Amino acid sequence: MNHLDLVVLVGSMLAIAAYGTWHTRRHRNLNHYLRGDENVGWLTIGISVAATQASAITFISTPGQGYESGLDFVQNYFGMPLALILIAAVFLPIYRRLNVYTAYEFLGHRFDAKTRLLGAALFLLSRGLAAGITIYAPAIILSTVLGWRLDLTIILSGLLVTIYTVTGGSRAVNLTQKYQMAVIFGGMIVAFAILLMKLPTGLGDAFTVAGGFQKLGAVSFSFDPHRRYTFWTGVLGGFFLSLSYFGTDQSQVQRYLSGSSVRESRLGLMFNAVLKIPMQFFILLLGVMVFVFYQFEQPPVFFNHAAWQQAVQHDSGGKLQTLQQEFDTAYAQKAQLIQQWLEAKHAGNVQAAAEAHTAALAALERSNVIRTNAMQVMLTDDPGVKSNDADYVFVTFILEHLPHGLIGLLIAAFFAAALQSKAAELNALGATTTVDFYRHLLKREASDAHFIAASKWFTLLWGLVAIAFALYANLVENLIQAVNIVGSVFYPVVLALFVVGFFIKRIGGTGMFWGALAAQLLVLALYFLHYRFPKLDFSYLWYNLIGCAACVLFSLIIQATLGSKSRSPKT
Amino acid sequence: MPAGAPSDGEDERTGVPGLYTWRGVYFFVFGCFILWVVLLLVLTVTFS
Repeated sequence: MNHLDLVVLVGSMLAIAAYGTWHTRRHRNLNHYLRGDENVGWLTIGISVAATQASAITFISTPGQGYESGLDFVQNYFGMPLALILIAAVFLPIYRRLNVYTAYEFLGHRFDAKTRLLGAALFLLSRGLAAGITIYAPAIILSTVLGWRLDLTIILSGLLVTIYTVTGGSRAVNLTQKYQMAVIFGGMIVAFAILLMKLPTGLGDAFTVAGGFQKLGAVSFSFDPHRRYTFWTGVLGGFFLSLSYFGTDQSQVQRYLSGSSVRESRLGLMFNAVLKIPMQFFILLLGVMVFVFYQFEQPPVFFNHAAWQQAVQHDSGGKLQTLQQEFDTAYAQKAQLIQQWLEAKHAGNVQAAAEAHTAALAALERSNVIRTNAMQVMLTDDPGVKSNDADYVFVTFILEHLPHGLIGLLIAAFFAAALQSKAAELNALGATTTVDFYRHLLKREASDAHFIAASKWFTLLWGLVAIAFALYANLVENLIQAVNIVGSVFYPVVLALFVVGFFIKRIGGTGMFWGALAAQLLVLALYFLHYRFPKLDFSYLWYNLIGCAACVLFSLIIQATLGSKSRSPKT
Repeated sequence: MPAGAPSDGEDERTGVPGLYTWRGVYFFVFGCFILWVVLLLVLTVTFS
């Protein structure tokens, strides 16, 4: 990064943050602080919902996922349009009618206080953990770009977002998200265009290379339970994951409850239902095109440049240098074979093209084996090193191959994404702690000024918790997957609380509470036992279906044993 | 306390040209989903 990049980065970030903070410096009452103006139109809600979900991880980690595994991750979002339709038709009108601040207040109306607190507690636990992960992602970039220490970067960027959220509340989140999304998509589209211009081949050949290396498999109807992303895991598991995230996660519920009417909130949700799949496809395709680019331009053995340099310095046996030489040779052979493959294809020589393609696949496999060996050497020398470098792929491409000014804009885009999703998360964590715990359990009667102050203190507290988790989290999974795994472990039970609340009238508070606890223990057991028993190592998306179904079943059984006395709902 | 809830009558108006009921809006969104899946399937089959 040079001075121009720094000016673009700091200027765009300060302008957006200052605009949001200035316009939201005074809050009339608690309603205004927690839910914003309540006169927001559908487009602002739609963008706000999309921006809350699309954290920095989406724009850093998803291209890395596309680079490594191709387009199949897009299936993760197949259940989302269906879930959003159900939320718009059923969940939203009920929330609006009950006029709640948080989704968990509904559980108090329908069941009892303990079930409301359980739902709110599960949300705080899962979102608190995810907040740590979303603070970790942009810190990776800053530490790589500026050469800062990672822990220092986590603390500084985490404090910046926390102070901004505490000051601005929900309105600041809504107000600035559309400008941040404009910066993000402007940056990503320009990066995509420049990437295509830098490719030495036409778009048709780029797709041939990507397809030939199995990067364009977007849909699979496989029933293999060990395969993480298929049409079935996407539609079923993704449906339950999206239903719980958009229907019961306060960070999202808070966004669409700020609409001026049911109509505006519904259209905001439908905006996302239509556009989410093409948006994720575009970001994954960007990663696939980066993969194609690195077939013609030599990539590093390991994309985390700082970690690689450190490992090379401590590699007394020279193993990494040997692997680097082997990698260079394998790359040169592969590039030559790809050239032969494309020339044979253009000449119409099908057999020669097929032979060159097979040889290029073998060369790619050799390169991958060398990369794996290099990671193992690094892990042997330093067991604490993060051996998955997928999250560094897109950042490396930006820093090494894009023009100055655009580098600053894209880094600003990542920070904008981090700021907006983190702010929405902290805002929701503060609101839930204030409304569902503090006001409900400790201080029922107090002025709005008192609750606004309490909400600010709780938001600050959650910001500090997220920073602490980000500092100590040892993340071995790709970040975008880690967020989805945390969600899949905790969301299904929260979702079941709402599904039973909406659709199964015969279950009362006590049956629901114990059924939910049992189901949560089951999902946690399945998650932790898969490390010990490989047979349990199926796609995490299935946790959403299993956890939700188990919770409904357990609560039905417990309710049946309790009888009808504990059935009557609280109102 | 929270501000007043909207009236139930708002539920019926979509304000979307050509789609006058919410059921129509939901079918349109579902149709878009099917279209995306088909297009992705075509991409998968073409380049596999």
